[in-house]
Amino acid sequence: MQVQAMHFKARAGEKLADRRLQQNLKKLATKFVTGRAAAITELDDFEATREAAKERRMRAIENLDVWLETFEQEANRRGATVLYAQSAQDAAQLVVQIAQRHEVRKAIKSKSMVSEEMALNAALEAAGVHVVETDLGEYILQINDNEPPSHIIAPVVHKDKEEISELFARVHGKPRLSDIEQLAHEAREVLRPQFLAADMGITGGNFIVAETGSVAIVTNEGNEGMCTIVPPKVHVVVTGIEKVLPTLEDLATVMRLLPRSATGQSISNYFSLLTGPRAPDEQDGPEHMYFVLVDGGRSSLIGGEFQDMLRCIKCGACMNHCPVYQKIGGHAYGWVYPGPMGSVLTPSYAGVRDALDLPQASTLCGECHVVCPVKIPLPDLLRKLREKQFEGKMRPEAEYFGFSLWAYFATRPALYALASGLGARVLRWMGGSKKTISRLPFGGGWTDTREMSAPSGKTFRELYRQHRRRHQQEGK
Amino acid sequence: MQNGFRVGLFYTCLVDLMRPEIGFAALKLLEASRCEVVVPESQTCCGQPAYNSGDRHVARELAEKFVREFESFDYVVIPSGSCGGMVRAHYLDLLSDDPQWRARMESLAQRVYELTDFLHTVVKFRQSPNAGAGGFQGTVTYHDSCSGLRELGVQQQPRALLRQMPGVRLTEMKDCRNCCGFGGTFAVKYGEISAAIADEKCTNIHASGAQAVVLGDLGCMLHIEGRLRRTGDDKTRVLHVAQVLAGEG
Repeated sequence: MQVQAMHFKARAGEKLADRRLQQNLKKLATKFVTGRAAAITELDDFEATREAAKERRMRAIENLDVWLETFEQEANRRGATVLYAQSAQDAAQLVVQIAQRHEVRKAIKSKSMVSEEMALNAALEAAGVHVVETDLGEYILQINDNEPPSHIIAPVVHKDKEEISELFARVHGKPRLSDIEQLAHEAREVLRPQFLAADMGITGGNFIVAETGSVAIVTNEGNEGMCTIVPPKVHVVVTGIEKVLPTLEDLATVMRLLPRSATGQSISNYFSLLTGPRAPDEQDGPEHMYFVLVDGGRSSLIGGEFQDMLRCIKCGACMNHCPVYQKIGGHAYGWVYPGPMGSVLTPSYAGVRDALDLPQASTLCGECHVVCPVKIPLPDLLRKLREKQFEGKMRPEAEYFGFSLWAYFATRPALYALASGLGARVLRWMGGSKKTISRLPFGGGWTDTREMSAPSGKTFRELYRQHRRRHQQEGK
Repeated sequence: MQNGFRVGLFYTCLVDLMRPEIGFAALKLLEASRCEVVVPESQTCCGQPAYNSGDRHVARELAEKFVREFESFDYVVIPSGSCGGMVRAHYLDLLSDDPQWRARMESLAQRVYELTDFLHTVVKFRQSPNAGAGGFQGTVTYHDSCSGLRELGVQQQPRALLRQMPGVRLTEMKDCRNCCGFGGTFAVKYGEISAAIADEKCTNIHASGAQAVVLGDLGCMLHIEGRLRRTGDDKTRVLHVAQVLAGEG
């Protein structure tokens, strides 16, 4: 996927002005935030489970090469093929080659954010393979001119029922429906023949399990089963190399947290653990099973200051709880992953210089860290990215000038006292009789959207000195 | 009579420049708690703006300056969760590469307190029955500022103290723990997003029916007040918790 993160500011402005979007984004707080808060109380000891999940994910990441090798051996032993791709583009080409080898004309796909990194649909279509998205949200986006998802779990969270109803009527050429159940039914009718006619099923992988060579897939619609078990002769799993877990025990631990953190569900409606292609004595499953494991920048984080990010289980809780995401939605972030996790991943995978706004566009409120099921210190990682920008001379000149001027005074108390005393007086003068500043020269960033009530004209330092003097005189 | 605690007051750069009265309110509360309060003259800023903007070098210089100025006190009290969080949660990160500085900071960190945390937890502050006369009277709602809440665990302390105030009634607003959208330089760099987040907070403040929103951080305070006034609310008071507790709001 092409990076558009450099347009963050302009896009965020458009999103703020979009009243319909603003209304639709309220669902985040009412559905996901309250849902998660209730769901985590079901666990006897949520904090201990969180700590355990973090440790199990770190065990996988710290010895990633070992676990990937184990995974590969076990998957091979069960008849699956494991392929590695250094870049997302390479991964797309691998999938195209698999499709060509098996003479695939039609592919059905369940939800995968890694496939968005790969721009997989475009690559397959270019090679003459027709791809149909089968996750309802992703299907809606696909028929809406391949619109990108705005959320990793709820890809159409930015749309309301009416928009989808209009879209279905237009694209399906059927009478307009207003009931959500009826709309889902209509999508099901359109998708069913696609499932039956497909030669290849493509899925993501929430996790891959080293000890058994399996893939774990979580959905609420059961479409992953249709994509892997029903008709296709080929199943391709595309996922990131960091998604490996050593054991099924590890999987059980993180699965206690994934649905609860993501959607506030105790467990997702469907959960598939798929191991190898169909064996001779088995009735369902594909004839061929492939894993395409994508690096795409991940290995460069290992052992470095952003390694913590690799334990992410892609639940989306950080974006659901982010005050900035809640106001602008996912599209403004300009790449595959939005919200706080995206503000770390986009610069890491797609380039720091193309995403200068993302680490800055956070209040560092810390809620993303609080809700993260694997305790990723997202605010610290964002701050580290800011350091990278600052040290790499990627900030505007004025920022360096401003900081060095400020630092010059802040480290020289006598000069600082003079300057702040002068500042307090200037601000009082600017406040005038209303004692309010509505336009601050060089401070438009503040006063474009807010008033500033003016100070009384003397600093605490000065007033305290007077206070002490008075005190001493009274004492005498 | 003194309680024997020698307390260093770090009044913060924003209080110094914008609202000195909050510094005096803090001073009054600490003296009422029978602490010997010292206000080091050479203090300037904790360095958070530099730290959060990626300028580690300057942030570190100011961290060392802070340690030198304040390590001799029994306690250091700061009327701001944000600056308190910077000192207690982040200075160790800044000084981690030097064992000596790290050791000095480790010993200091546990003696640094946000004002209400200090009053409630350390000195077990009891309000006198005739406190608050002449100060703010009425219904207040408390906004939990992010750093104080999430980095220092300041949540019950200010509420417990406010409940002791004669004439002050505390009512909770919806989503009191949600960020107000200030975020330091974020407020200036992304003013529109910042204002949109503040509007949510303002709506919740209004819906609470409180006459004043009370909080413990000057940044959030100037931001919420500025947004309330710009959107036509000239009535709702925006007060620092120290002002209310000192009967000076």
